Amino acid sequence: MPIDESVKKALNKKGTYGKDIDLEKYDEADKDSDQIDDLESTKYKEYMEHVGVVADEMARSGTLMFINNGLSHCSPKVQEGLELMTVSEALKVHQGLKNFMWKAMDPEKDKYTAKTYLEDGDGFFIRVKPGYHIQSPMQTCMLLNQDKAIQNIHNIIIVEDGASLEMITGCTTTRHANDALHVGVTEIYIGDNANLTYSMIHSWGDKTNVRPRTRTVVGKNSNYTNNYVILNPVGDLQSFPVSDLSEGASTTFNTMCIAHAGSNIDTGGMANLNGFGSRAEIMSRSISMGGKMCARGRLVGNSPGAKAHLECRSIILKDGGSTLAIPELEAHVADVEMTHEAAVGKIARDQIEYLMSRGLDEDQAVSMIVRGFLSGSISGLPEELQNEIDAAIEQANLGD
Amino acid sequence: MTEMLKIMNLHAEAGGRKILKGVNLTVEEGETCILFGPNGSGKSTLLSTIMGYSTCEVTEGSILFKGKDITGLSVDERARMGIGMMMQRPPNIFGVKLGDLVKAASSNPKVLDQAEDFKMSGFLDRDINVGFSGGEIKRSELLQLTAQKPEFILLDEPESGVDLESIDLIGEKVKNLLYDDREGLSRQRHVSSLVITHTGQILDYIGADRGYVMKNGRIEYSGRPYDLLKHIKQHGYGECDECRSTNQ
Repeated sequence: MPIDESVKKALNKKGTYGKDIDLEKYDEADKDSDQIDDLESTKYKEYMEHVGVVADEMARSGTLMFINNGLSHCSPKVQEGLELMTVSEALKVHQGLKNFMWKAMDPEKDKYTAKTYLEDGDGFFIRVKPGYHIQSPMQTCMLLNQDKAIQNIHNIIIVEDGASLEMITGCTTTRHANDALHVGVTEIYIGDNANLTYSMIHSWGDKTNVRPRTRTVVGKNSNYTNNYVILNPVGDLQSFPVSDLSEGASTTFNTMCIAHAGSNIDTGGMANLNGFGSRAEIMSRSISMGGKMCARGRLVGNSPGAKAHLECRSIILKDGGSTLAIPELEAHVADVEMTHEAAVGKIARDQIEYLMSRGLDEDQAVSMIVRGFLSGSISGLPEELQNEIDAAIEQANLGD
Repeated sequence: MTEMLKIMNLHAEAGGRKILKGVNLTVEEGETCILFGPNGSGKSTLLSTIMGYSTCEVTEGSILFKGKDITGLSVDERARMGIGMMMQRPPNIFGVKLGDLVKAASSNPKVLDQAEDFKMSGFLDRDINVGFSGGEIKRSELLQLTAQKPEFILLDEPESGVDLESIDLIGEKVKNLLYDDREGLSRQRHVSSLVITHTGQILDYIGADRGYVMKNGRIEYSGRPYDLLKHIKQHGYGECDECRSTNQ
């Protein structure tokens, strides 16, 4: 059967996890997007900055921005060693790129990947040339500006041997594009002895459905860190990024979530420890403020010397929602060491009262503990991104 | 002298067990009182009940602070009225930095400058009590209390778990909390305290005005603290007729 036919069949394939979204409800979002020359003067500046994408490009090694399904901004100048363009442009420049297209990610994985494949979704192409260490973070923004529309983005990120990059990706909707669907398929290839930190901050409308699909192939002795933050209300979000680790490679997934009333969040990460001595750590901190929260983690030990740890911690601050932690450990060889911890519940009373004994009222004490609980999951973020996260935690009125 | 703290016929339960069974006790303004008693007699429960911790439920009796009945007040209301407590085993709080709590406890924007005096500068960015040694916990508690400036201080075994080198620092810092004058014991502030000790070491630094001996959830007798300590060291917690001055 030709591949397109089998992918078409996958349009009816429900995702492994999460609520089934009816794709027929949405139209394809526009591929012709507003062109933005100067991020400082764009009307979208407020939305961008809210998800850690700064208008001052001097602070970044480069910027790529998609509005709906079309490129709206690409930095005219980027740091040496870094290539930024759309995937469609990159296919013209790099003959070998077709060997990376839909290799890490199976287009028939589910209806969302199938839809993106069949719509020939364009997206970011980011490449760091061999041996280059990009000093400042680079940033991408995926903004949805069309109600009742699907954003189908297909990104390729390649960090070549001996190279390193820190990326910030902000994904958001404008106010009037609340009832929309974001599908972001990202294939990441990290060479040997290379390093990528990929920090994603999401801010959606309370009816927006979100289905990111990310898979990362991590080369020998390389490291991949995946930070994920969502602190504002969302409709239904399901994400389960996967890392495939080679010999001596390591990966870390850090997730920070708040599930507000009406939100349904199902997120986590999976690491396939395929190479000798590979390492993984999955850390999840989530809070239910009346919404549904599911924190998943899956470690698969396929090679001797693999070592991994998984930690899911959830706090319920308001009734009406639920929280579910699903840690899974799977080993196929004897010489692996994998552990997990999971804790679900309320904040310990003795901690609250300890802070109250210093004069903080109960709301202030709860807020301080929750801020610490969330912030403790991710460290080493760029200052602006950390400030945005702190502000979002503050706005969430966690002590109320 | 006026009464800073007056406890009348206090009964309290912790973990479903009756621990305090009719405690009567008074601490005058500016007075340092020592609470002696065998393990399990209810001393720490009494301090936690005065602070208002929900692990201790008052079933009868009352607690007056500066003449006001605080029996039903929350922990923070008591703290803001001027009560502070140094816990023996405070909880670990992951993610909350010691420096943030010290700042929140004080109105002085330069309060963190004091951390060096407590040898705690390197701990301000660490999670509260997480991985702290016994002595570090004591110094952290004292730094927080110094920032808070309470008028009445509850100290639960301030010298326990502290090595000999650190005991001087702890003793001096407790003394500074109670008295502004570092050299002598002349009272510049009317800070009062109720201090639990087993060894009496802390008395070398802060002195004391009165001692209480607690057994089986009640104050069994009171007297001069050094006399009580001497008797306990010689005879254990059997009743001391010579120093006994209160029958309950």
